[in-house]
Amino acid sequence: MGRTIGEVVLDLNNVSLSFGGVKALSDISFDVREHEVRAIIGPNGAGKSSMLNVINGVYRPQEGEIVLRGEHFSRMSPYKAAQSGIARTFQHIALFKGMSVLDNIMTGRTLKMKSNLVQQAFRLGPAWREELEHRAKVEEIIDFLEIQHIRKTPVGRLPYGLQKRVDLGRALAMEPQILLLDEPMAGMNVEEKQDMSRFILDVNDQLGTTIVLIEHDMGVVMDISDRVVVLDYGKKIGDGTPDEVRSNEEVISAYLGASH
Amino acid sequence: MSNDVRPQSLSTFPRLLMQHAQVRPNHPATREKYLGIWQTWTWSQVAEEVRAMACGLAQLGFKRGDNLAIIGDNRPRLYWAMAAAQCLGGVPVPMYQDAVAGEMVFVLQDAGIKFAIVEDQEQVDKLLENRSQCPDLQHILYDDPRGLRHYSQTFLHGLDEVREMGRIHNRNHPDFLDAEIEKGGPDDVSVMLYTSGTTGKPKGVCQTQASFIEAGRIGCEFDRLGPDDNILSYLPMAWVGDHLFSFAQAAWAGFTINCPESSDTVMTDLREIGPSYYFAPPRVFENLLTTVMIRMEDAGALKRGMFHYFMEVARRCGAEILDGKPVAAGDRLLYAFGNLLVYGPLKNVLGMSRIRVAYTAGAAIGPDLFRFYRSIGVNLKQLYGSTETCAAVCLQPDGQIKLDTVGPPAPGVEVKIADSGEVLVRGKVMLKEYYKRPDATAEVIDAEGYFHTGDAGFFDEDGHLKIIDRAKDVGKLANGAMFAPNYIENKLKFFPQIKEAVCFGHDRSEVCAFINIDMGAVGNWAERRGIAYSGYVDLATKGEVLQLVQECVEQANAELAHDPMLADSQVHRFIVLHKELDPDDDELTRTRKVRRGFIADKYGALIDALYSGKTSQFIETEVKFEDGRKGKVSADLKIREAKTCPVAARRAA
Repeated sequence: MGRTIGEVVLDLNNVSLSFGGVKALSDISFDVREHEVRAIIGPNGAGKSSMLNVINGVYRPQEGEIVLRGEHFSRMSPYKAAQSGIARTFQHIALFKGMSVLDNIMTGRTLKMKSNLVQQAFRLGPAWREELEHRAKVEEIIDFLEIQHIRKTPVGRLPYGLQKRVDLGRALAMEPQILLLDEPMAGMNVEEKQDMSRFILDVNDQLGTTIVLIEHDMGVVMDISDRVVVLDYGKKIGDGTPDEVRSNEEVISAYLGASH
Repeated sequence: MSNDVRPQSLSTFPRLLMQHAQVRPNHPATREKYLGIWQTWTWSQVAEEVRAMACGLAQLGFKRGDNLAIIGDNRPRLYWAMAAAQCLGGVPVPMYQDAVAGEMVFVLQDAGIKFAIVEDQEQVDKLLENRSQCPDLQHILYDDPRGLRHYSQTFLHGLDEVREMGRIHNRNHPDFLDAEIEKGGPDDVSVMLYTSGTTGKPKGVCQTQASFIEAGRIGCEFDRLGPDDNILSYLPMAWVGDHLFSFAQAAWAGFTINCPESSDTVMTDLREIGPSYYFAPPRVFENLLTTVMIRMEDAGALKRGMFHYFMEVARRCGAEILDGKPVAAGDRLLYAFGNLLVYGPLKNVLGMSRIRVAYTAGAAIGPDLFRFYRSIGVNLKQLYGSTETCAAVCLQPDGQIKLDTVGPPAPGVEVKIADSGEVLVRGKVMLKEYYKRPDATAEVIDAEGYFHTGDAGFFDEDGHLKIIDRAKDVGKLANGAMFAPNYIENKLKFFPQIKEAVCFGHDRSEVCAFINIDMGAVGNWAERRGIAYSGYVDLATKGEVLQLVQECVEQANAELAHDPMLADSQVHRFIVLHKELDPDDDELTRTRKVRRGFIADKYGALIDALYSGKTSQFIETEVKFEDGRKGKVSADLKIREAKTCPVAARRAA
């Protein structure tokens, strides 16, 4: 446990991705170390979300490879990614709006369920016991994220900031080793951003989860990340600690415009 | 049980605890909802936990006479910490958990705190921030280790670790704690509760074991509370009310206290536990009613019609039925129907289905609010008391409830009215002293041993005490008529749209008021009318909202005009404030009582405007956010005139 940053767990080598003539990512390489908070930043359309989609196998890059704990993948698939302990949240919330918070987080346990469909449908012994175990785990997450008061509330009725927290909860239910967060703080007010930052740091610190996040808000990124990759028009223009990135000329011009 | 005779030796709380552990070892003592499940500790388990914690504290160097600060929400271990400190002859000092770091300094210094047991990282951070100003503070113990793993300070200890230390210590010295408990006596100080400080610096009120045990005994025997009762413990532990109900009475009667999962889940937890005994300040009852009313407004026409019809029936005869007074058979039948269709389900939603006795205290309750709960069959009663009197001076007996009095003096408590109209109290429940403040003690306890409460009141023809207001708040209008600001404010506050009101009128010809709207109720009202608003300031300054408030004020005026004593106190002009009065800005005490003097100073410009005939006034105020940062809000506030009713009867005479 704990925040001793370890070995490289995820390594992207010369990844390129294009949709027809549009080059979304060109020749990008970077690595993620165990237990670190790794941020990917860049202006709109820089390829940040594509990058995440490549990591968890939604997009298949035309070139390059992904090395996950020493295992080489030229083609990752979402299922394989999930099985190897990669979970993610979405920029646009993709929860089941009519289901309660509890049930939504329960869906994050799907991959961990061992009993079969019939057992589950009729709540036979093993399925029953298993559900209790999963529920206990989910309750821990509810406690961790401090959302006890909305446990039984349908997600659709919650304010945006809380929905984002539930989204994080569902990803945590997978007990991931690597957590991909796609703009976890988009559309939040200052207080909600502070709360979310604290939860992200808590996840990283207490559960030891490695975190890769995309974020727009430079202030937040600089505060909570260990290392930052900067993308612009599908190219990597910077990589390093927040301080290094902040003083990087190319990054400054991409973000603030060259004339400044 | 009320008829069991307790040996004289059970004269301290630790002895009571050990007694329960022997007599009813498997009876639930404490419950807490954790990870979605109600966890239960029996009396024998609680005794073990307290024993371990006390031994652990002793190992860390906690000694007889030391004060132990306790800061946090209502957690079982924090209640046990009180008992643990008492076992060792120390004094628990519960503090308000929502106070910002700076506000804690005074109490920490005044009480010379060396040991603190706190709930979580938030409280630890506050103490660390204050540490340079509190050199005495030696050890901080925390309940929830979350987020504290990287705190390397050696004076920080998790309660788990302390419990283990204590267990080992207890194994090696099995007689140690019992000997310590034996050393304690009824005249030891059992707890120190700081007054909320409506005026001046807070003072530490020292109550002995004997006084709180007496207060617990009075309450339990009065309402026949026994081990099978249940109470939800959700009020600040630093408040005398919580200490009396969740600690002293629970320790006397041996009933079960239930700690909510978090402060946001109290409503749900209340419903799940269905307590038989309930205690809340009027504000909580008010909020509950406001929520109900809002939801009824949103309900379908049929439900709404049914609700209003049966509430009218309840208003007519509900309280009388509860008091066992004669009621016409037709009304009885209608009430029974109403119970089936409205009151029963309503009580169930509020978590009050099983309530035998509910009390309110801490501030005057609006008669309409009080009548509402009694009329739906909740046996809500009032009690009167203060921190200095263990909140046990007067209690309303079943069947003799009057809306405007607080009942006759409790058994064994002497109450007398001074010539000035001030209420004086003498009895076992009285404070021993203010901590290190002989001057202040001498001020409130006179030569005959009476405690001066500072409240103005009188006995009615049945010997029930009626409290009018704080003695120092009662003033006179320029024409000599009585001006009791609290009374008027309570009238205004009963409207769900009005959250807080502050009236001015002493030495003036007319009464004027500041009003705070209730964001929930007014926001919902605005939404249903399609009135767009961006936030509190915007909503509070909308013309429609001012009109709404004006209607409330005028209705209150009409009611005031009925009472010849108070007819002159009708509100002539008012301002709807642009920000909520807030304890963080020192405008309210932590128990949410209005600090008049402070508000009058801070908003002096507004008061001048009210009395100078202006129609609007610009104001800018500093606000403190929860994290201690400061900001400013400003607004141009309109001054509204309210219609007043003629006071014909008296003017003509």
